Amino acid sequence: MSTEAPSTSTKTVKTVSGITVRLCGDSGDGMQLLGTQLTNTSALAGNDIATFPDFPAEIRAPRGTRAGVSGFQVQFASHEVHTPGDTLDALVAMNPAALVTNIADLPKGGLLIVNEDSFEDKDLKLAKLKVNPLEEPAMENYRLIKVPITRLTKQAVAELGLSVKEADRCKNFFAMGLVYWLYGRNMDATLRYINGKFGGGDASPIARANEKALRAGWAFGETIEALGQSYNIEPAKLVPGTYKNIIGNQAMAFGLMAAAHRSGKEIFYGSYPITPASDILHELCKYKNFGVCTFQAEDEIAAVCAAIGASYGGQMAVTCSSGPGIALKTEAMGLALMLELPLLVIDVQRGGPSTGLPTKTEQSDLMQVMFGRNGESPLPVLAAQSPSDCYEIIQEAWMLATQLMLPVIVLSDGYIANGSEPWSVPDVSKMTPITITHPTENNNPDGSFMPYKRNELLARPWAIPGTAELMHRVGGLEKEDGSGNISYDPDNHQKMVNIRAQKVANAAKLLPPQQVIGPQSGELLVLSWGGTYGHCLTAVQNAQAEGTSVALAHIRYLNPFPSNLGEIISRYKQVLIPELNMGQLRTLIRNRYLVDAVGFNKVKGKPFTVTELQEKIAELTKSGSRNASHSKAS
Amino acid sequence: MSTALPVLKAEDFTSDQDIRWCPGCGDYSILAQMKKVLPEIGVPPEKTVFISGIGCSSRFPYYVNTYGIHSIHGRAPTFATGLKLTRPELSVWVITGDGDALSIGGNHFIHLLRRNVDLNIVLFNNRIYGLTKGQYSPTSVEGQITKSTPMGVVDHPLNPISVAIGAEASFIARSVDSNVKHLAYTLKRAAAHKGTSFVEVYQNCNVFNDGAFAYAQDKATRDDATIELQHGKPMIFGKDKDKGIRLNGLNLEVVDLAEGKVKEDDLLFHDEQASSTLVYMLSRLRRPDFPEPIGVFRAVEGETFETAVRGQIDQAIAQKGKGNLQKLFSSGETWKVGG
Repeated sequence: MSTEAPSTSTKTVKTVSGITVRLCGDSGDGMQLLGTQLTNTSALAGNDIATFPDFPAEIRAPRGTRAGVSGFQVQFASHEVHTPGDTLDALVAMNPAALVTNIADLPKGGLLIVNEDSFEDKDLKLAKLKVNPLEEPAMENYRLIKVPITRLTKQAVAELGLSVKEADRCKNFFAMGLVYWLYGRNMDATLRYINGKFGGGDASPIARANEKALRAGWAFGETIEALGQSYNIEPAKLVPGTYKNIIGNQAMAFGLMAAAHRSGKEIFYGSYPITPASDILHELCKYKNFGVCTFQAEDEIAAVCAAIGASYGGQMAVTCSSGPGIALKTEAMGLALMLELPLLVIDVQRGGPSTGLPTKTEQSDLMQVMFGRNGESPLPVLAAQSPSDCYEIIQEAWMLATQLMLPVIVLSDGYIANGSEPWSVPDVSKMTPITITHPTENNNPDGSFMPYKRNELLARPWAIPGTAELMHRVGGLEKEDGSGNISYDPDNHQKMVNIRAQKVANAAKLLPPQQVIGPQSGELLVLSWGGTYGHCLTAVQNAQAEGTSVALAHIRYLNPFPSNLGEIISRYKQVLIPELNMGQLRTLIRNRYLVDAVGFNKVKGKPFTVTELQEKIAELTKSGSRNASHSKAS
Repeated sequence: MSTALPVLKAEDFTSDQDIRWCPGCGDYSILAQMKKVLPEIGVPPEKTVFISGIGCSSRFPYYVNTYGIHSIHGRAPTFATGLKLTRPELSVWVITGDGDALSIGGNHFIHLLRRNVDLNIVLFNNRIYGLTKGQYSPTSVEGQITKSTPMGVVDHPLNPISVAIGAEASFIARSVDSNVKHLAYTLKRAAAHKGTSFVEVYQNCNVFNDGAFAYAQDKATRDDATIELQHGKPMIFGKDKDKGIRLNGLNLEVVDLAEGKVKEDDLLFHDEQASSTLVYMLSRLRRPDFPEPIGVFRAVEGETFETAVRGQIDQAIAQKGKGNLQKLFSSGETWKVGG
């Protein structure tokens, strides 16, 4: 049935270094699938990639409305890319709501592909439009290609006898085919996906229909005169190795499994569903044959407490949530700190406060994880900088948790959790072990067991139930150092508070020093953290290329700060701290180093743009003087 | 196997910690019975874990020489669940109170019971908040004058046994702190049951709610105020064993055996595997109209949570083989960059 996949266009092919395209439509239109397929196909073509899926919190917002618009942006290039791109080369809009909510990001001259079948009066009404935007004079600013996608898709699948609804559902594959033609993408991987998902051979009409729609879209591009040329993007020069496209949440799950492998442990993952963290649970629960035990608890508190119970039993205990769930876990995190047991707490941040913006990104939980517990209760805080870095940072966190015997918090965010990039597949045989010992003998000359006797890092022994002679009780009440007996002694409490703080400080001895990208001293240091890495790096590199004296220090360890951070900061005249919050790291940096750092802050549920960061860098470096300590992003 | 085991004594389960409950507290009796039965249960101290929440009763783990966690308020069932899921071979006890289990921890309590994790939960019910010095609890009776209810409690109390039946607990029992023989027997039955064993213990707080269960404790009244449930036996009670419980339609009633009109065979015979509807009816028996049942309300077998969870892991390994990390990482669509 299948014809050979056409692989080359007969029209002119123009080679470009990179393309940014956004696909948007109704949340039921399959835009996320379209975006994921385009991403994987581009990754397989050897391009460097970065993605930004952007979708509403509602599963099915009212059809055709602006609230229901779902988008997926991807940049693929023959050079290194660290962001999904600021400005679009092309926008695909499947309906009027998608068009009007996204057109602002398409510059003049940009390619605009719309499904003209969905611009009927009823569609305009759903999008709250009085005039058909396709008939507005502003459309002359774009290379507008009106495609009757719905009709052509129906024609393409007509012979398969699908229902109207089923046929209509194939239209995202038609759009995909057209985009694939436009950017010289190979359809093989997507055809493999279709066969895998809907069944191969002629037995599955849905699979055949999707394939036909895909090929029809491709053929349409090849045929119509309005599209005079297609584009070619050469492979990027990545470090040699085997790569696969990885999403942040999947990388987090893989990192946990690597950490378990390196330490000879099995994962206990206690969690309660919450956006945007749930995909880590979905990923891990597939790997029961690795000994992974996932527990979907009755609530966030039960999730973390069950993990602590598992940790007491000697397992690798993990809990994960987003801001609202972390708030519920705080009392238990304080207990784990008091029990001095290893525990990983992952916070995939989203827009807050309260329920906030569940599907949008933000970096506003930093203060919560730093200080959101009663009493003097510091904990190590680490933050992933990109989707693939989730894999690395969670292993570092597990190393810290077990070497220091304490809970470690790892911050991710909605942007990197759902975003994807190429990941160099690691060689498992070359992994170094994370050594954990559980004592089997008494540690006190008098033959008793001292559960809070400490080593040189101040870590206590991790004795586990089942071990004869080491029976001991732990609890949330203050305890005497060494014996672990309940103690209300004033001096002992001071001593224990100091010890627990020093243990966290000792983490800096186990972690590498801070690196700087760019000049080692100069006019401006951009100090960033978390998921803004790609945008900050690109902005700094662009500014450096223009001759600006600017360097980037992107912090992955937020508590304790790297031991050389203060010294680095002192080498620059100005410090700029861009954050997707109202200045949380800036407060910590100003407090710790007494430096008059400048903030650049945005809380719109969206990542920074490189342009706005570059403008801020230019503003600070051109004026040469210290600005007001806070300014708003556009 | 049994010959090799050293004989354990109550002292083997006694920790070196000073006990800090008020003199005369019912908790002492429960601790003593627990230490008496633990050697008989035969699990060595190193394989036994006591987990508690917050409250007077929750100090319990410090006083037994086993492993233990004195956790946070209401959450003991969750720590126990996590521990049991990863270390199913351990014998786990949850010690809790009426405030801890039914107020702040009500959510975890019902989920522990419905999952049927193989552990034992002992709820010390004294109908009062003791550690915070005398506020009313979810089992305080209507009208009870407490520090936070000077005009009397207006809440309807929760009945722990009824809640447990609602959550479909597989083992449900009640005992009384001062009835040491019955308490020891009940704790042993709980330990022997595979699945979540729930034991409510009427416990006297002699400081803030003294005498709340005097009717069930005093030798003079307890035979008339309580009825001991015995599997397969007719439900007879009273000092002179002259009263019984009979099922009349969908209601239970007290009948007089002395008159001779009602025979033993007419009475309700207790069945630990009876339908939950009947068990629920028993849980509603309250003074002064009825004697309050003590003993094992329900004991039914079912798959335990950890067996099911570990079973899926074993099944996945059997079907797919033990996971290979390199294979997993290298699976799916990959591409090579030269070098």
